[in-house]
Amino acid sequence: MSELKRVLLAEDSAKDVELTLAALQDSHLVNEVVVARDGAEAWEYLSCTGAHANRPPVAPAVVLLDLKMPKLDGHEVLRRMRADPNLRTVPVVILTSSREERDIAQSYDFGVNAYVVKPVAFSEFISAVKNLGMFWAVLNEPPPASARKAA
Amino acid sequence: MTTVRTTIRRKLVAGMMLTSVAVLVLTGAALVVFDIVSFRRALVRALVTRAQILAANSSGALAFENPEDASQILAALKPDPSMVAAALYDQQGRVLAAYPVPAAAPARWPRKTGSGQRFEKKWLVVDQPVLEDGRWLGTLYLKSDLRALDERLRLYELVVALAIVGSSGVALALAAWLQRGIARPVRALAEAARNVSEHKDYTIRAHVVSDDELGLLAESFNEMLREIEKRDVDLRQLNADLEWRVNARTAQLEASNHELEAFSYSVSHDLRAPLRHVDGFADLLQRHARESLDDKARHYLAQISDSAQSMGRLIDDLLVFSRMGRTEMQDQRVDLNVLVEEARRVLANEAANRDIHWRVSPLPETRGDPAMLQLVFANLVSNAIKYTAGRAGAEIAIGAEQSDRETVVCVRDNGVGFDMNYSHKLFGVFQRLHSADEFEGTGIGLANVRRIVQRHGGRTWAEGEVGRGAAFFFSLPRETQGEWSERKEAA
Repeated sequence: MSELKRVLLAEDSAKDVELTLAALQDSHLVNEVVVARDGAEAWEYLSCTGAHANRPPVAPAVVLLDLKMPKLDGHEVLRRMRADPNLRTVPVVILTSSREERDIAQSYDFGVNAYVVKPVAFSEFISAVKNLGMFWAVLNEPPPASARKAA
Repeated sequence: MTTVRTTIRRKLVAGMMLTSVAVLVLTGAALVVFDIVSFRRALVRALVTRAQILAANSSGALAFENPEDASQILAALKPDPSMVAAALYDQQGRVLAAYPVPAAAPARWPRKTGSGQRFEKKWLVVDQPVLEDGRWLGTLYLKSDLRALDERLRLYELVVALAIVGSSGVALALAAWLQRGIARPVRALAEAARNVSEHKDYTIRAHVVSDDELGLLAESFNEMLREIEKRDVDLRQLNADLEWRVNARTAQLEASNHELEAFSYSVSHDLRAPLRHVDGFADLLQRHARESLDDKARHYLAQISDSAQSMGRLIDDLLVFSRMGRTEMQDQRVDLNVLVEEARRVLANEAANRDIHWRVSPLPETRGDPAMLQLVFANLVSNAIKYTAGRAGAEIAIGAEQSDRETVVCVRDNGVGFDMNYSHKLFGVFQRLHSADEFEGTGIGLANVRRIVQRHGGRTWAEGEVGRGAAFFFSLPRETQGEWSERKEAA
């Protein structure tokens, strides 16, 4: 299990964290999920600084980013990741309520790998998360270790 | 400008020159005529006098018929080169003596006792009877040419020509001096007018040089300029005020637009989150407690989920509607036939397993935003499919009519129709004439149709009858691209 890399979930709403975790659990996720409650905390984890200065410098398998967060918003975290040589290739999925075109356009501008609008219906959300898991190959399956190490 | 200036000067000078030359010519001609007449008289008088003197002198010679004496007397004419011929005739008309040669005078003279003088061609001829104590002895014939007259005429010609040349010069100088008083102020005025019109500088003033009519003209011109300058300043002030007001208004509009955007973003993001939580936790509750819940409790949970989801749909629809009013519009040629085909393709699922008779007439081309107009057709066709459900022999007709000013498109069905009393509610947001149980939908479709058509500068209306069907119309103005961009700016 320690071979599996973690999944970073950056989400400021406790209820959304709970629901997302439930959805991930429902998808039989085996990876450990790290939760950051705002953009700044997510960036500290990603860049191994601040409270996470002492963690082993292993990039997460995938980052699930909310857009609207205190301190640093999702776009800023994404922008910083894409500017960082160690984090540039880490898959990022934006999980948000926003359907605004400019949000979507900007996310793709910054190099997001997927943009998921959280549907109101929970069942749809579960299937969206399931699809994500299959697509990024982080759910139920160990990631190809060699490729991750190179990243 | 230059041609006008030259013309005024030339006109003035030419007028003066013509006047002075005409006066000079007329006066000269009168003088010449008068002088020639008097000179001829003087000539005649002189020749007659000379003839009388010669005749008196030659009476002796005639009386004694002495040709030598007579010839000597006639030879006295020699110093006068104008004397062409002279002769003395005796009583019988024979030549007693002739000057300068015998052939110069007529060979015989008809016996004639009277005197007379006459102009013959270029000569003046005088016949003078020679008398002694009242007795006629013969006739003296004198013939003089008119060289004196000719010389005098030539002199006159010279003098008159010189006078004309001289006075023309004087007239020219005078005209040039005079035109300065007329043409120069006019030219200055014209110059001022040109400067004003070229540089749009209304502070320029014409120089007032005299207190005559031209001075008055210059003053009126300046007064006019003062008035224009004042109005120009006023106009600029007004424009500046207007621009300032437009800027202020634009800033306000931008601010409120910004607020609206922030609002709809917040609706999109923040309003949906609690709904998601309601549905999410209801779902989780249902999963976790499925066994311990009775049917009623499960039904309640389903109702919660259903309500949350339907509110989610309402919010989504409202967002689409608000975005429809804000997004920038394209301006393209749009083939309405393509839009109808696309709408039918998209709605193929809804029309599946339905026996619908489609009557789609060829539609014209128009200008507009294809994506938005596509939505108009999608909504109208979707409605037509929806409200003909359950009707045997459902029929949907799509057609268009064109006038000079607009294109009117109609989507007609023979479905459930509506009560015309409520037709004003049809295009409102979330207005429905049928219950949600009867026909699905949030009631945003026709509101979107109206908003899109209005943004294109058109109108929407509907006709219907309960149980007999409905017809939805929208018009699109036929216009040039210029008008379109103008309205797009304003929208």
